[in-house]
Amino acid sequence: MIALNSYLMLGALLFSIGAVGVFTQRNALIIYMCIELMLNAVNLTLLAFSRFLNNLDGHVFVFMIIAVAAAEATVGLSIIISLFRNKSTVDVDDLNLSKG
Amino acid sequence: MQLLMFYILGFGAVVSALIMVTNRRPVRAAMALIATMSFLAGLYVLLDAHLIAAVQLIVYAGAIMVLFLFMMMFLNVEEKEGRLVTHPGFQLLAVFLVGLIFVSVVSLFKMDGSALARSVLALGDGAVEFGTTKAVGRLLFTDFLLPFEIASILLLAAIVGAVILAKRRIDDSELKRHQSES
Repeated sequence: MIALNSYLMLGALLFSIGAVGVFTQRNALIIYMCIELMLNAVNLTLLAFSRFLNNLDGHVFVFMIIAVAAAEATVGLSIIISLFRNKSTVDVDDLNLSKG
Repeated sequence: MQLLMFYILGFGAVVSALIMVTNRRPVRAAMALIATMSFLAGLYVLLDAHLIAAVQLIVYAGAIMVLFLFMMMFLNVEEKEGRLVTHPGFQLLAVFLVGLIFVSVVSLFKMDGSALARSVLALGDGAVEFGTTKAVGRLLFTDFLLPFEIASILLLAAIVGAVILAKRRIDDSELKRHQSES
């Protein structure tokens, strides 16, 4: 049988990969995708705990996370669109208006 | 058999996640992320989360990633490739810091053996129903009814917000002309 730790390890690994992506990528679209990856890693952890505690609440949490991720992706992408209209770039290094 | 599937799916998920993170082209990154999500859906099935596995494929790999790809087509960003952080030292620093966090999280796991850490608990009376649409749906519409309704309002707000943010602005002269005509 697969131990709980294996799932937690995989979730932590995927989360870390996503975090490295957020720090190293400079394309706003890819940064968004890395955030989605981090959300997915958390979902894996929640489902693993849900299975090992024999409690379905974790599934409901994951359902809500997916709904919030959909909303976040929609709003975030439309923000990127309006940024691209005004500055014609999606490179976050060029979007430094709030820099002091 | 389950262990073999776990290793195949986990390895695939990690490899495609690495491909996504190290890629500079958004469309390739999106394809790699779709692969990661499909592998994760397989892992969810291993965890008896059948409904969530289906939702993962339909909503994440289907809807959200299609939205991303549609956006790339719309913005036509493939020509100007994304770039990584210019300073290589900063990349190393990021990898080092996140690795440190990873190690500190992993060190929190209980490696010895409580019953929870060693093996799957035997499923109780609801064993056959665990993770099915019936069981999760019943929970969603009874105990978690209020969060469910709030989620629907959140999605509505997201739709309105997306339309307002992404629609073309009418500039003032056009607006005045409309007003004078009416």
